[in-house]
Amino acid sequence: MQKINALVYITRVEHFNAAHKLYNPSWSHEKNEEVFGKCANENWHGHNFELHVTLKGDPDEETGFVYDAKKLSMIIKENVTEKLDHKNLNVDVSFLSGKICSVENLIIEIWLLLSPHLPPQVSLHSLKLYETPRIYVEYYGK
Amino acid sequence: MNKVAVYRKEHFNAAHRLHNDLWDEATNDKVFGKCNNPHYHGHNYDLVVKVTGVPDEKTGFVMDMKLISDIINMEILEKFDHKNLNEDCVEFKNLNPTAENIAVVIYNILRDKISSHLDLQVRLYETERNFVEYPVN
Repeated sequence: MQKINALVYITRVEHFNAAHKLYNPSWSHEKNEEVFGKCANENWHGHNFELHVTLKGDPDEETGFVYDAKKLSMIIKENVTEKLDHKNLNVDVSFLSGKICSVENLIIEIWLLLSPHLPPQVSLHSLKLYETPRIYVEYYGK
Repeated sequence: MNKVAVYRKEHFNAAHRLHNDLWDEATNDKVFGKCNNPHYHGHNYDLVVKVTGVPDEKTGFVMDMKLISDIINMEILEKFDHKNLNEDCVEFKNLNPTAENIAVVIYNILRDKISSHLDLQVRLYETERNFVEYPVN
């Protein structure tokens, strides 16, 4: 088969539903409300989060794949979304313990969780994490 | 005159859990699975409100969609947005906040606020893939 020399980005989208609150325990309740508004509700609120994982590489000569998207899905599910889905991010998720559960902090932790589980031939390009259809963050690992 | 349906879409973000107080833990876990997490989980709910009627002779409106939006914001989003449905909302004190029950609660609240000569239906998306409608024609 012909080898294609072209950098291609492939993205797999996964999702998880979780509760959280934005709250800095070293601040007073009033200060938290002032900064985080209704996101500081002590009884939590929640979102349908959507995670976009983008790999980059040349399509493989034999398969035509940069990486098998089904395998990528399984790696993301096993190492990331199963730890977050239907959880309370502040209470149930050990790797967020002591951190403010903003979508910014979450995407950095997801990168750290995911990258060791990708095979060496694969290059993780970026993560995109949607908290709502209107709010998302991107992270490139640096 | 022909009836026309108009739709207004709004959204709110909330935490909830599915739980029946009358059941033991094992039964709750069996029936509701991960939705039973005692620490809650959450969703971005999308609410579509459908109002059906004959367009008004003078305005051409079935109902002013800005007014529909204002009613939804005041009566529904103020109550449910960034709330814990189980803990913060009196409507779900003794009612499991499933998508089905939330849709019925929303319909009942809105029905009183929208003229009785207009038909009303709500569609509630809990996720992109799970949604419910009430009432059923």
